[in-house]
Amino acid sequence: MDLFLWGVLPYVSIALLIAGTFWRARYDRFGWTTHSTQVHESRLLRIGSPLFHFGMLFVVLGHVVGLVIPQSWTDAVGVSDHTYHLLAVSTGAVAGVAAAAGIGILVFRRFKVPAVRKATLRSDRLMYPFLLGAMLLGLTATILNSTGATDDCNYREGISIWFRSLFTFQPDYHLMSAAPLAFQLHILFGFTLFALIPYSRLVHMFSAPVQYLFRPYVVYRRRDPKLTADRAARRGWERVR
Amino acid sequence: MPRREATIGRVMAQIAMVMNLDKCIGCHTCSVTCKQAWTNRQGTEYVWFNNVETLPGQGYPRRWEDQEKWKGGWERTRSGRLRLRAGSRLKRLGQVFANPELPGIDDYYQPWTYEYKNLIDAPAGNDLPVARPVSALTGEPVDTIEWGPNWDDNLGGAPQNAPLDPIVEKIRDEVGEKIRFEFEQSFMFYLPRVCEHCLNPACVSSCPSGAMYKREEDGIVLVDQDACRGWRMCVTGCPYKKVYFNHATGKAEKCTFCFPRIEVGLPTVCSETCVGRMRYLGVMLYDADKVADAAAVEDEHDLYPSQLECFLDPDDPAVAAAAKASGITHEWIEAARRSPVYDLIATYQVALPLHPEYRTMPMVWYVPPLSPVVEAVAASGHDGEDAGNLFGAIDAMRIPVEYLAELLTAGDTHPVEAVLRRMAAMRSYMRRVNLGEERDESIARAVGLTGTEMEDLFRLLAIAKYEDRYVVPSAARADADALAEAHPLDDTCPVGEVAPNRVLLNLSPTRRSA
Ligand code: HEM
Ligand code: SF4
Ligand code: SF4
Repeated sequence: MDLFLWGVLPYVSIALLIAGTFWRARYDRFGWTTHSTQVHESRLLRIGSPLFHFGMLFVVLGHVVGLVIPQSWTDAVGVSDHTYHLLAVSTGAVAGVAAAAGIGILVFRRFKVPAVRKATLRSDRLMYPFLLGAMLLGLTATILNSTGATDDCNYREGISIWFRSLFTFQPDYHLMSAAPLAFQLHILFGFTLFALIPYSRLVHMFSAPVQYLFRPYVVYRRRDPKLTADRAARRGWERVR
Repeated sequence: MPRREATIGRVMAQIAMVMNLDKCIGCHTCSVTCKQAWTNRQGTEYVWFNNVETLPGQGYPRRWEDQEKWKGGWERTRSGRLRLRAGSRLKRLGQVFANPELPGIDDYYQPWTYEYKNLIDAPAGNDLPVARPVSALTGEPVDTIEWGPNWDDNLGGAPQNAPLDPIVEKIRDEVGEKIRFEFEQSFMFYLPRVCEHCLNPACVSSCPSGAMYKREEDGIVLVDQDACRGWRMCVTGCPYKKVYFNHATGKAEKCTFCFPRIEVGLPTVCSETCVGRMRYLGVMLYDADKVADAAAVEDEHDLYPSQLECFLDPDDPAVAAAAKASGITHEWIEAARRSPVYDLIATYQVALPLHPEYRTMPMVWYVPPLSPVVEAVAASGHDGEDAGNLFGAIDAMRIPVEYLAELLTAGDTHPVEAVLRRMAAMRSYMRRVNLGEERDESIARAVGLTGTEMEDLFRLLAIAKYEDRYVVPSAARADADALAEAHPLDDTCPVGEVAPNRVLLNLSPTRRSA
């Protein structure tokens, strides 16, 4: 069981992530969008969405730092465990709370504004529970951990090492079985969410448009007669009923 | 000549449109046929690639001209460069999570339909079944329909609505005059609008994904539906609010200038079906190297002349040579020579750009309406076709002229007056011709034209036929010509030896010469 959860499932999820992204890029670019609902409602979105996204960007950054940088490195630069923890928890808390408040507003909006509710996709119904679950569990685990309720588990000595061992294809799955339940669930939700990214609106995160900063303002393109003439029918505007 | 030659840069061709506002009867046929062709789908219920506004009025979306609010188009920085009015690229990326200047559905209108089914499905009873209005977005009943795509049509509700017209507000502030919206005292005309297919498109420049582009061959501005990621910044970028967000597909959509029709030499659907026959389509050649500077001139009043200077005279051999060097085919140069749009914009200079102060270099131009002036003269009991009366009225009727200037020349009344005088002169010159009186060259000379030019202009504006109004070269021919020019045929047969007895294809002479 431990082997399956912590040694196999992560790979399945990443495989689905890669395969799905490939499928989107190759066969369904038309479906690759944020599915913005701002034309329906702006006031709540203008508070919720930036709060969520900026929070989330720092949360993602925090995860990368926490999981990828080994403790020995920070030790070597002279950052004590205590300082590290203080830093991580304080910045993490701000970002986490912002993201949680943001998604709270966004979900409230999704239920409350009729046009937004109507615009909710089937994939959203699957994705949102895992997104919310992963976020709530993550916050719970952090709170439990910093209040000492989980015996002050140092995830950098367990979970992070397991996580990095995934990259060497020799997962230390025993390390995870010792982790607190809240962390375990957070990680399971997280990996499920990874698998869902390419199949839901979350795929938009892979097209963060930074190239905009570097291209000329006006884009010119030549007409490509092949594009319309020889192309097999693909998903696009629906047929008129 | 040689001096000129040196100054021609990269020549580009553009399919452009001119609309003669005097001839628009406000029938909305263009809007309806366009909608049937392009936006009769879920997600585009509220979208009208072509719409017809009554002016003065708020337009669609409501008050779209208020750039203080919507931040569309370009602005000139103190260093003399252009920047999107909505802000720098970095700022816009920071605002991508929620765009502060995105019109909401209520700024367009809540699209609705009626429960028609109820009319035939209702059980028999004493009450007459009714078809309630329901929102096309949520399916919920709508108690009161409050706004639509042409709610203030024909000045309906003008006493309340028209003072909110951004141009009316501006004139009121600047001139201190009050435009009257009582029935007898108001002036009115229609403004049909499509995407301007600008030379310096702000929509393309706002797209973070680079999914929007201007086609090199014909200047048509399009959204690549596979590359759009739904960041919806283009909707803000376009000052004319002619990019729309399809809320069902999550992609931006816009007027395509009916490119599948243009490519085979047919006019756009709105032009084809225009009841007033007031639209003209044709090729404009322009110097692409001049556009950036022309769009950035300091004084807004210079924007119209500076755009005019970007256009190239296709009859000038130096231009034709430069066009050829830039890869424009013979058929397109030929079409540019016959372009009715070029004649109206450059030869007779009776067409003006819409809101040049947005600095996007729009390519759908308008012949301003003389009718408010003519009607006022006629209503006062004078001869509305007498040149003297009309000239006097153009000088006296400040409000329509100021209004048209805010619309078409960034507020400079001189070009508008010049155009109106030309139209007035044509009117009275032609009346003499029609009445069999002697031609009065002095009328033509008063507006800087000759009598022959006057008659040509009249023919173009009043009686031009289908082939004269729409001169659209086909893309397929252009492809074939380009191929032929790249690989000139020699006498040898590509398959091998020429067969001794040739087989002739059974093509009728008309087909062969076509
Ligand atoms: C890094 C670049 C990202 C950009 C530029 C971006 C941008 C956007 C935009 C423009 C929207 C549409 C908002 C609207 O108008 O309705 C959106 C929605 C959304 N994004 Fe992102 N996003 C990014 C990353 C992420 C990440 C990392 C996540 C989650 C882990 C995420 C989750 C969501 C969700 C759940 C929504 C839907 C919000 C709602 O309407 O309920 N995004 N994003
Ligand atoms: S009018 Fe057309 S080309 Fe010009 S900015 Fe708007 S959408 Fe773009
Ligand atoms: S079809 Fe022609 S006349 Fe009728 S509203 Fe449109 S532009 Fe005007």
